[in-house]
Order: sequence, then C-alpha cells, then structure tokens
Amino acid sequence: MPTVHFTDAEGAVREVQGNAGDSVMETAVRNGVPGIVAECGGSLSCATCHVFVRDDCASQLPPMEDMEDEMLYGTAVDREDNSRLSCQLRLTDETELFVTTPETQV
Amino acid sequence: MSINVEAELPDTAAAPGPAAAPDTRTGLLIVGASQSGVQLAVSLRALGFDEHITLLGDEDHRPYQRPALSKEFLQGTVESESLIFRTNEYWAEHNVELVKGECIVRIEKEADGSGVAHASSGAQFPFQRLALTVGARARKLDVEGADLDGVLYLRNADDALALKARVGDARDVVVIGGGFIGLEAASSLQKMGKNVTVLEFGARLVGRAVGEETADYFLQAHRTRGLDVRLGTSARRFTADDGGQSVAGVELQDGTVLPAQIVLVGIGVIPNTELAEQLGLAVDNGIVVDRFALASDGTTVAIGDCANMPNPVPGSAPGERVRLESVNNAIEHAKVAAYSLTGRREEYAGIPWFWSNQADLRLQIAGLCNGYDQTVIRRDEERGKFSVLYYRQGQIIAADCVNAPLDFMAVKNALAKGQNIPGDAAADAATLLKTITTDS
Repeated sequence: MPTVHFTDAEGAVREVQGNAGDSVMETAVRNGVPGIVAECGGSLSCATCHVFVRDDCASQLPPMEDMEDEMLYGTAVDREDNSRLSCQLRLTDETELFVTTPETQV
Repeated sequence: MSINVEAELPDTAAAPGPAAAPDTRTGLLIVGASQSGVQLAVSLRALGFDEHITLLGDEDHRPYQRPALSKEFLQGTVESESLIFRTNEYWAEHNVELVKGECIVRIEKEADGSGVAHASSGAQFPFQRLALTVGARARKLDVEGADLDGVLYLRNADDALALKARVGDARDVVVIGGGFIGLEAASSLQKMGKNVTVLEFGARLVGRAVGEETADYFLQAHRTRGLDVRLGTSARRFTADDGGQSVAGVELQDGTVLPAQIVLVGIGVIPNTELAEQLGLAVDNGIVVDRFALASDGTTVAIGDCANMPNPVPGSAPGERVRLESVNNAIEHAKVAAYSLTGRREEYAGIPWFWSNQADLRLQIAGLCNGYDQTVIRRDEERGKFSVLYYRQGQIIAADCVNAPLDFMAVKNALAKGQNIPGDAAADAATLLKTITTDS
C-alpha cells in the first residue's frame, strides 16, 4: 500500500497508509494528521497543505505547475527548494514518501 | 453511545425500565455535521476536551466537504469518498460519535446549558452543552412550475447526486442566479457539454460579494467563454413537458421561452435559525453570537453559516456585524467556539477569505470589501491575471484576485499583520505587492 511518513516540526513521525489515486493532503486530513490544514479541500486556493519533501523522494513527485508554484510563495512558513502543496501529490501503489510538515499552515 | 429513547412511550417516566435510558446529560451535542461542526469536534479534541461529543447531522452521509459539489464532484473528477472529512477510525479514536439522518425539531434547555434535543424520529439526545452548527438552506424560488421535476437546487450532497443523475439526458440547462454557486455550476455544466444560460435578476453578477469591477470582469470573461449570461432577467414561470411532470422550459418576463431540461436555482441561502428561535435565542439574519461564539443565553455556541457575529476584521466599525458563508469562516469560528467550550476566551483569528473556481477563472478573495471608498485595478491580460484592491481611507481592506495568487497572498498577509499596500504603487501590475507592503 502507498505509505506517507509525516514528520512534524518537532520531529514526531506518523506513518499513514493511503490509497492509490488519493492525494497526500487527503490522506493526511482524513486520518487527522495535525500538520496539514487544507482549508480549500485541494482546489489550490489556500496553500495550507504545505509540506517539505525529503530530497530522495523527489523522483516520485509530479512536476510543479505554475499555480502551485505561485501559491507556494504565500505559505505561512516560507517555502524552500523541496516545498510542495500536498494536494498536488497523488499516491501510486509504489509511493513511499517522507515529508515534513511546517510549524504552522496559517 | 448516544441515548435513544422512543418518544412514543408516554409512560416511561411513570414506570422506568430497561427501555428508558437514563437522561445523563453529559457531553456536547453538536447539531449539524457540517464543516463547522466537524471542525468544532476536531478542535475540541486538539484542545484536550475529554467529554463525550455527539456530532449529529440530518443527512444520511458521513460528514463531507461541500465546495466540490458544484465543481469537481459534479464534473466527476473526484469521487464521493474524497469529500469525506475524516475516516471512521479517526472519529472512533477521538471518541466522537457520529449520528446520521436525525433531524432535530425541538430542544429543551435549562439555564445551566444542559438539555435534551428531540429528533423527528422520536430519538432524544441529552446534552450538557449545545452547539448549533446548523448552516443555511437554499432559498426557494416561488414561481409557477417551481415544483416540476428537474427544477433543482445545489446545497448538499443529495442535491448534487440528483443533478448528476439528471444531467446525462439534458441538453439545455438554465441556471437561475448569477452568484458563486450558479456560476460555478454553470461553468461545470458548460464544460460537460451542456447548453447553459444564466439568468441574473440584478444588474450585475455576484451581488454584493465583490465590487463592480470584479463583477464586470466575470461577466465579460464568462461571455468570452461562450456562456450565455443575461442580466436583469428573471423567470416568469417554468413550463412542463408533454407529460406535465418535468420541466421543459423557462418563460422569461418578456415571454421568451428558453428550453431547459434542468433548471438549477442558486439564489442564495437562508440561515437555519428555527431551533435558535424556539430556544428563545436572539436571532437577526442568523443566530446572534458574541465575539466568543456564544449565543444570547451565554451557554450555547453557534458558528459558521448560521451565526451572525461581530465583524472579526481588525479595524472594522464598532458594533458592525457579519454573517459569513465560507469554509474559512466555518473553520475559524469553530476554533473560537472550541476555546469558549473549554473555558478560554480567544477571539477570531485571521482574515476572512473566500474562493470560487469557475472554468479556468480562479477567484480568491481576501478580507471584506464592505465600505470601500477606492479601488485599484491590476490587470495582466497576457497572463490572464486580474486583481481589484479595495481601500478605505487609504488603507487596504480587501482584494479580489483572479488567477493571481501572489496578489491574494500578499494582501491576505498584509491584512493579517495590519499592514498597508499603498494604492499608487500597487496600480503597476508588474510590481510584486509584497515588495511594496508597508507598516501602516
């Protein structure tokens, strides 16, 4: 099963199994991972599902589109090179993703 | 476990037996399994609230997100499972009991805030504290033929399922109401290949939610995209097909008849205040609450679409009140209520914001533009970006941003920090707003 390992800003790790086709954001929210807010439900309107993706996982990710890129400039914690909006990251059967959630999303 | 007592047993009080569950009046009853109801339960658990929570809704679905109903869900790009807020395991782990399909029709409440809620089924739900997250319902159109099959509304999941079930056979759709829900649904239906006409009674789109410039932009943008939008136009009646059961057309005031196998009505909502009225709570365009989400009895909390609250925006006029219909408000207001219920007094945080996606037009609104006296337009035709910045006495108070998330984020952040974005510098669309933000 696709798995996402969420590390919060304090270092606590939570491993969540997801379904192929779902986004990382949906997987987090439905299971109550606290570091993801996702007010807009995945329609690229709020930038509150910001995650930092571990570098060695980058190859699992889809390319970033302009809208996501622009939204990332408005995140509560400043973006870094490995920043993504987790609503744009879809799980596949092979996904084994390690992400860190920022200290705050709003 | 909730306590379900059959109301039809008149003699249970005289002869209490195993069938009559004790009226323990513990815990919190949240009436309305809505965005705000869900957030209240989640926030309370995050704050360490350890009493029992019942999250009760009148629909037969697990709590779900509404925004996609007029967009991705209608178009079939997301499944119903994606709309579910939390897994069943989450609710079980957090000791939140979900009750589906129960419509509360009457509530008895004591001065200490405890009481019993009665459902139309006869079930009773005792509580120590009560939260009303009852939302709003679609305003109904009262014209001849309004009860024909195919005259639909779009407020909840069943509405969306009814629309989806009918849409395959439909060629022509008339949307009545040029507000957000009407325009979102119209754009979705147009994308699905339907011949869509939007009728708006008023002189411009989107009513008072946005300023004139934004309304004009959307009118032109939708017309450019082939949507037939008619302002100042209303339906005189709906005509039936040969069988007399289903809608076949919309007759306008001038006698023109537009063919329509579906009429979708989106003319606003009415806050659900009946329970509050029955409880004797102050009601005025929603359930009147204070800054801490408490209703006039001082114990019941009311939040989200159903609540009329002091304007939470810093710098707003004293005594000004607002009722906001948005996801963001449902979430932030729920957090305020969660603090109240755990004995803390925390005011509303953050700047109200809204979004509406219509075709490829992605509108984001930061702040509330009420009372603006100046606007600044930023237009980048090449990249399809358009923003309107609203000012009051030289201070930025809101912005409507279409496909311009950088503008939206800059304004939202400036408002949250009490900063300003000077209008003269902002008028140059090539200037990044965050580079000209100043401390007010």
